Amino acid sequence: MATPAAPAGGARSGAGPEWGGFEENIQGGGSAVIDMENMDDTSGSSFEDMGELHQRLREEEVDAEAAVAEEEDGEFLGMKGFKGQLSRQVADQMWQAGKRQASRAFSLYANIDILRPYFDVEPAQVRSRLLESMIPIKMVNFPQKIAGELYGPLMLVFTLVAILLHGMKTSDTIIREGTLMGTAIGTCFGYWLGVSSFIYFLAYLCNAQITMLQMLALLGPHESSSSLSDFPLGRSVSQGYGLFGHCIVLFITYNIHLHALFFLFWLLVGGLSTLRMVAVLVSRTVGPTQRLLLCGTLAALHMVFLLYLHFAYHKVVEGILDTLEGPNIPPMQRVPRDIPAVLPAARLSATVLNATAKAVAVTLQSH
Amino acid sequence: MAKAAESSGDPGTTSPRPLMRDLKAVGKKFMHVLYPRKSNTLLRDWDLWGPLILCVTLALMLQRSSVDSEKDGGPQFAEVFVIVWFGAVTITLNSKLLGGNISFFQSLCVLGYCILPLTVAMLVCRLVLLAEPGPINFMVRLFVVIVMFAWSIVASTAFLADSQPPNRKALAIYPVFLFYFVISWMILTFTPQ
Repeated sequence: MATPAAPAGGARSGAGPEWGGFEENIQGGGSAVIDMENMDDTSGSSFEDMGELHQRLREEEVDAEAAVAEEEDGEFLGMKGFKGQLSRQVADQMWQAGKRQASRAFSLYANIDILRPYFDVEPAQVRSRLLESMIPIKMVNFPQKIAGELYGPLMLVFTLVAILLHGMKTSDTIIREGTLMGTAIGTCFGYWLGVSSFIYFLAYLCNAQITMLQMLALLGPHESSSSLSDFPLGRSVSQGYGLFGHCIVLFITYNIHLHALFFLFWLLVGGLSTLRMVAVLVSRTVGPTQRLLLCGTLAALHMVFLLYLHFAYHKVVEGILDTLEGPNIPPMQRVPRDIPAVLPAARLSATVLNATAKAVAVTLQSH
Repeated sequence: MAKAAESSGDPGTTSPRPLMRDLKAVGKKFMHVLYPRKSNTLLRDWDLWGPLILCVTLALMLQRSSVDSEKDGGPQFAEVFVIVWFGAVTITLNSKLLGGNISFFQSLCVLGYCILPLTVAMLVCRLVLLAEPGPINFMVRLFVVIVMFAWSIVASTAFLADSQPPNRKALAIYPVFLFYFVISWMILTFTPQ
């Protein structure tokens, strides 16, 4: 690039990148690129305007400079300032090239139009799919259609995160290495994406007719219609709408702390949505072994996740959590201490229990 | 913001005091949030100074004292920041994908400015927490936070709803509801140790 021929080539292509940049922007005007550089934006912020004006002026300067440099090409030996101009020219060209590449990469990756078809839903559709996700279907003989949308599952995952936060705060869960929010988001998204990928992999092994996108959406909502459908892009996790059951159960049981109630809801609501997902999967798989493997795994993971969410983030065993909380114990709580010689019999048993719990907690902590 | 234009010697700007002008613009937008009417000011002249100020204020006020530093002190500031900004980005992406015709930064601007009622709620809660704790204390805080939460949602709806196709407004508003719910929850459950 540091040859005397460079300014000539650069001048000719100097006009190119500028107009090429315009072209790219105009072509991409119809798509919904995240429009950080969008010039037909309706915003009238002075900063943006001045920035663009400044940019255009600078580009014209570079152009003018390139033309001047080309004229002075012949006086290479005599001009002392030519080296400065050359280096400036080179720097400007590199800047142009880098900018071009960056904007191309940006418009490639920030083009959210890829996801647009998956958000094409109406509120009525979302509502009906939510309700249908709790109804197990009977037609397992031909493949059930799974709606490939991502709005419902995504919103359900966020709702689950909000409910988890609520549950964690009310039960004063102390998270040591990290934050409550991070934990909640990590758990929910991890479950959604992780379990979906795993089940998709299993489905691939068992030759089930389901794509990743459908899997993502199934773990979410799924609608039963009797037409075959194939989604060209990826497999959506249909785990999303399956989380609707989880949201309901957790929302109720984080507020009413009855274990019997939780187990009832766990079986009922969790069971219903699991049955629904299983039915859809069964309709799309052939062979009894494969069906058993796939659906058994999904059912187990789904139900166990609900159990985990309830018990991991909720105060269940008071003794263990008391010891983990350390010095912050409110005065009325029973605290395991050394068992003094004179102690009423009732408190003795309680203290022994707490001491055992403490020992268990200590061993758990040491892992 | 407009200092870049000034330093380049551009004849485009004639304002002698760009800082005062920007502050006035931010203040005007605060007023628009406090008295939400259907107007285009927030959308037309978007800027991100207001959201930044509000976010930093909120994050600072949500800091716990460092007495029990092993528990929550460190990540608190970053947590609030990340929640606010990633929440706003997610809502914006969602509303764009649903077919809204609002620009990325306009949406960020609106969502950020509508945190103002919740910041006011945080201030009030802090003051209320100086009194002695008890159920009345909690009820007062709960009431204030709920009112401000509703105010935030009404304000952001007034600005954002017009940019959505009419039958999908509910789909676009729901994540806004979740977003402000999470922030309200953080404010309500804040107790300075």
